[in-house]
Amino acid sequence: MTEFLQHLLNTLILGGTYALLGIGLTLIFGIMNVVNFTHGALYTVGAYLMYLAVTALGLGFFAALPTAILGGLLLGAVLDLALLRPLRGADMDTTMLVMIGAGIVLQSGTLWLFGGVAKAIPTPFPDAPLQLGPVSVSWLRLFVLGAALVLIGLTYWLINRTRLGLAMRATFQDHDTAALMGVNVRLIYTATFAMGSSLAAAAGALLGPVYVVFPQMGGMAELKAFAIVILGGLGNVTGAAIGGFILALAEELGAGYISSGYRDAMGFLIIIAVLVFKPTGLFAKAERIG
Amino acid sequence: MTRSSLARLPALTLALGLSAGSAQAQAIRIGVNEPLTGPFAASGTYVVNGAKIAADEINAKGGVLGRTLELVIEDNKSNPTEAAAVAEKLITSDKTPVLMGAWGSSLTLAVMPKLADYETAMLVETSSSGKITTSGNPFVFRISPPSALEAEAFAPLVEKIGLKKVDFLAINNDWGRGAAADFTKMLKGKGVAVGLVETMDQGAQDMSAQLSKLKGSDADTIMITAAVDQLTLLFKQMAALGLKKRVITTGGSQNPDQIIAQAGAAADGTMHLTTFLPWYPEKTPNPAATAYFIGEWKKRGFAFAGVTESFRGYDGIRAIAAAIEKGGAADAAAIRKGFWSVDFTGLNGPIRFAKAGPSGSESGQSKPDVYLVKIDAGKVVVPEL
Repeated sequence: MTEFLQHLLNTLILGGTYALLGIGLTLIFGIMNVVNFTHGALYTVGAYLMYLAVTALGLGFFAALPTAILGGLLLGAVLDLALLRPLRGADMDTTMLVMIGAGIVLQSGTLWLFGGVAKAIPTPFPDAPLQLGPVSVSWLRLFVLGAALVLIGLTYWLINRTRLGLAMRATFQDHDTAALMGVNVRLIYTATFAMGSSLAAAAGALLGPVYVVFPQMGGMAELKAFAIVILGGLGNVTGAAIGGFILALAEELGAGYISSGYRDAMGFLIIIAVLVFKPTGLFAKAERIG
Repeated sequence: MTRSSLARLPALTLALGLSAGSAQAQAIRIGVNEPLTGPFAASGTYVVNGAKIAADEINAKGGVLGRTLELVIEDNKSNPTEAAAVAEKLITSDKTPVLMGAWGSSLTLAVMPKLADYETAMLVETSSSGKITTSGNPFVFRISPPSALEAEAFAPLVEKIGLKKVDFLAINNDWGRGAAADFTKMLKGKGVAVGLVETMDQGAQDMSAQLSKLKGSDADTIMITAAVDQLTLLFKQMAALGLKKRVITTGGSQNPDQIIAQAGAAADGTMHLTTFLPWYPEKTPNPAATAYFIGEWKKRGFAFAGVTESFRGYDGIRAIAAAIEKGGAADAAAIRKGFWSVDFTGLNGPIRFAKAGPSGSESGQSKPDVYLVKIDAGKVVVPEL
């Protein structure tokens, strides 16, 4: 029973960052119809920005986090302005290939700048874990969960309660009509891509200190983000949030009770099942953009 | 500078360039196939830096057979497919008559068919899967201990430490699974119970699920096989889960000082089977060589933590140089023959190759020393047992 509780607690902690990764990706796909293959690289860049902010810039851990997220936001805006804006209206495959290329450039860039050896980010949290009865959790991971939930809440608020969010949702439903109603669609695209990128960077900045930072760290993260997005339904923000927790649960219980060697396979087994039985995702909305 | 000397400058440069070119053409090229990116990047980079020290030392003393050594270093990306491709490239395109590599067991095993294809020998510096020297590949010469040898060296300590029941957590590849199997065999022979055998992907960063399971088991000890980066994460995650059991790691790629630096107090009390004792140079088999190597390592500005890994690259290149010397020529066949006559004292014991594997196509296996060290209050000590 204790072991099961510990698995559930692990799920909660892991799920928060998975959700963050998934939301960023699904947002960009839903609104821009762009499959963002730089998502994993942006996750990596977020982690390295955090590393730089803490070590080279000497910012405190808590000041470094918003710095890294802001860095991701800016990089996302630059990527949109430099690559996606000129390609707007181009074939989806063309955009996809360009994004794959950009992802490789970003990943190789981190390798070139920082080398292949993993870096550790120091944190101000105590080594001793927080004991909650029979289970325990590290303070750092608790903070990561808290920060992830705050960011998810913030994203939700931005999309559903602000004028920018309203414009984003209008663009999501029908970008031509939104443009006719006076929405600056080009700006919405840039804002969306920047926001999605900042969420990927945030996930990297939060998980970098939990694990270690290395140039290829985004590869698996990106695959998982795609898994979460498919699970929750393409373009569905709430679905992605819940999908993140479902993936974490499947990995934890799969590794705990079936076989730890297949931990990463568990998530993909679920995706295959979802694609076979409910191809629009578990939480797909009735309407889809055309 | 006078006008005439200025006029001579281009000719001089040309002459220098030509002589540099001809010296390079004469250099004996050694292919180095190591993981410089991917999950094993830290370890592979250390090995390469150790190799460079050996090559520079040998070249400063006049080289081998009157020719200098040149390392051709390629990154196998911690990926077996890449490792095989790198070996092919080194042999066919760079014309290296001998190789060193490929760090991980799965990487080395992937390279081995290429060695047979091109009849080129490889010095295996780190890999510990038993299969490498028992599968009948006569082009493999290994200076690192296979896990069975490691288990054998650890056997006398089993009772002294007081192991009753052991769980395993191993990296899910030839190295990890091989180590778990060899140690299980040895422990069972000693009457020690073996419980869970958990595995983790080589790139896995979150092992909480496996650790939660191990926390619930009734074993007193966890034996872990993984490289330094994953060990660091494991110790941190064990501390976070409140998992307090005796931990013994195998495989010799722990770099205890890096663990102390990155995992801090979470690593206290852990024990590690390693193949080098740089903390106590006077206790190593060749104190003079150890002192030179560590001195040179520090002089180059590398972190001390790397020496437990990099010494293999150093000894590996020295073994290759000895093989070239003994073979008497810098071609693949002569070097391969030369390996069988290599005999010198490396940083962790004598380097000479005994025949291993099926008769008629034996591989070479050297028998290095294995040590047990413990991290105690942020220091590496040899525990009194």
